[in-house]
Amino acid sequence: MKFEGTERYVATDDLRMAVNAAVALERPLLIKGEPGTGKTMLAEEVAQGLGKRLIQWHIKSTTKAQQGLYEYDAVSRLRDSQLGDEKVQDIANYIKKGKLWEAFAADEQVVLLIDEVDKADIEFPNDLLVELDKMEFFVYETGETIKAKHRPIIIITSNNEKELPDAFLRRCFFHFINFPDRDTMREIIDVHHPKITEELVQEALEVFFDVRAIPGLKKKPSTSELIDWLKLLMADDIPDEILKERDPTKAIPPLYGALLKNEQDVHLLERLAFMHRREMR
Amino acid sequence: MLVNFFHGLRDAGVPVTTRELLDLMEGLKQHVAFGNIDDFYFFSRTCLVKDEKYFDRFDRAFGAHFKELEALDDIIEALIPDDWLRSEFMKNLSEEDKAKIESLGGLEKLIEEFKKRLEEQQKRHEGGNKWIGTGGTSPFGQEGYHPEGIRVGPNGKNNKAVKVWDKRDFKNLDDSVELGTRNIKVALRRLRKFARTGAADELDLDDTISSTARNAGLLDIKMVPERHNAVKVLLFFDVGGSMDPHVKVCEELFSAARTEFKHMENFYFHNFLYESVWRNNVRRHNERTDLLDVMHKYSHDYKVVFVGDASMSPYEIVQPGGSVEHWNDEAGEVWMRRLLETYEKVIWINPVPENEWEYTQSISMTNQLLEGKMYPLTLKGLEEGMSYLSK
Repeated sequence: MKFEGTERYVATDDLRMAVNAAVALERPLLIKGEPGTGKTMLAEEVAQGLGKRLIQWHIKSTTKAQQGLYEYDAVSRLRDSQLGDEKVQDIANYIKKGKLWEAFAADEQVVLLIDEVDKADIEFPNDLLVELDKMEFFVYETGETIKAKHRPIIIITSNNEKELPDAFLRRCFFHFINFPDRDTMREIIDVHHPKITEELVQEALEVFFDVRAIPGLKKKPSTSELIDWLKLLMADDIPDEILKERDPTKAIPPLYGALLKNEQDVHLLERLAFMHRREMR
Repeated sequence: MLVNFFHGLRDAGVPVTTRELLDLMEGLKQHVAFGNIDDFYFFSRTCLVKDEKYFDRFDRAFGAHFKELEALDDIIEALIPDDWLRSEFMKNLSEEDKAKIESLGGLEKLIEEFKKRLEEQQKRHEGGNKWIGTGGTSPFGQEGYHPEGIRVGPNGKNNKAVKVWDKRDFKNLDDSVELGTRNIKVALRRLRKFARTGAADELDLDDTISSTARNAGLLDIKMVPERHNAVKVLLFFDVGGSMDPHVKVCEELFSAARTEFKHMENFYFHNFLYESVWRNNVRRHNERTDLLDVMHKYSHDYKVVFVGDASMSPYEIVQPGGSVEHWNDEAGEVWMRRLLETYEKVIWINPVPENEWEYTQSISMTNQLLEGKMYPLTLKGLEEGMSYLSK
């Protein structure tokens, strides 16, 4: 069972190795990288590539580790007791299973995505240490121990907004998705837009890397923005000449809205164009 | 096994632990990476390194440790070529190549010659035109050019002159080098402590409902302290003069800081702190703010951050009238002491690399004034500075 990338996802050698090592040794895999380099997509593709079900757990700033295990709904139980419902006798009726429980209880091995782990409180990863290590946890209300039938493949993504605790890191494998180089980028584009002409890709890539190279941009365009932009360009059928025409008076690339997400960046670009024009005179 | 490599990594400053080494062993046992140094590199990196800032150190340690090992490659490969390899070898040759081999006296002779030279040769060899090694024009070796050549070693799929770990792609992720906006944000976030301090003053609806339910329906009110960002910051930027090469880095720090704090005031100064500072660098000569006013206006729990290279003539710090721009009645030192008395937490962030500080007298003087609270403008330095501020 080896992950080799899929028809929609280009996995570099080191990424493949990281995924396969994590699968073989049953360790959680922590993925970091610039936003837009395909961290979340990786889990979907691993699930698809290995033919497994994917369970997604998206983390928010308010998410608690306990919510991934289970939640005890005391309020409905109280209401049911006042209405004299039969259900109230069995506390298990009020235990809501979380994503981890779901993954542990699954009859076949699943892929569990814990997305953007850095969004949560700093204690969040620490609260999951034993659960991820032993792949089991204890339900106090019912006194049962939930143990994973098949250790799930766990993929954790982080945007680096918080440092993760050491103890947590020690239990994970780690991979940093580097920003793709030109060749990999071309492969990625081929995979997403097979119809696009070689020429257009060439021109678009040049403009794209030019824009990325502008110093002082607040948010540099990344892979996902490039793909969106190409989609727009194709939909709009912009002739290659417009891209190729590096006329300083038109220094703003067409449909720049897909590439630059920040008003200040657009201004910066316009200002550069203006300065360039002045130099030309 | 691999214990020396493990210690090499620790010596290089990669924080690896026994547990991870055991993981690596387990992986090797299961043949996750087998018989391929590139695979082994990727696997050991994913296993042993948990933060991209250590990738560069890992690359260097890996390179240093496995260099000798790689030198063995050629020898080991050379021991294999035998009849079964020879036929494979012939298949890969074009008619032209074969003709050229004939010119050297046939394949047999070529291999004979190869073995002979291998025996003569004791060491790994690079370049040159006779010995077996890499990059030369002798018919034997790797990555070189000679139409009649025997290529030693596998034709790796990377097929690059530089090994992956020799490229040191992750150099700029190391935390002891200077940083960009993204890194700074992480460090500055340290400052933003959502201090849940003070009296309980907000009704926690969820907790109240759930504990009332647990309480069998008897009302049990729960309160939480209001969440507020307690961090207030005064920023002082050095502009002009010797600071100009660092202005860009400062701008990045500045733009990162803007979004992090609710209460943040920024001021500019030139070289050192005197009786007045200014808020708008364009109108620095007519719109100045007295430093006394600043100290009276912003309470003592503001955290103060200076950004400057502190590189100047010592007179500018200790002498009245020492300023390069104007006549100052009192020495900069005096004003700095006043500020230090007013505010509890003051740090100075210096873009000059830390190992060059001792060569500039004014930097040591400033550092002494601040009681050693000067930090380099690197991720590590910022982190230390921020953790001091938030203590």
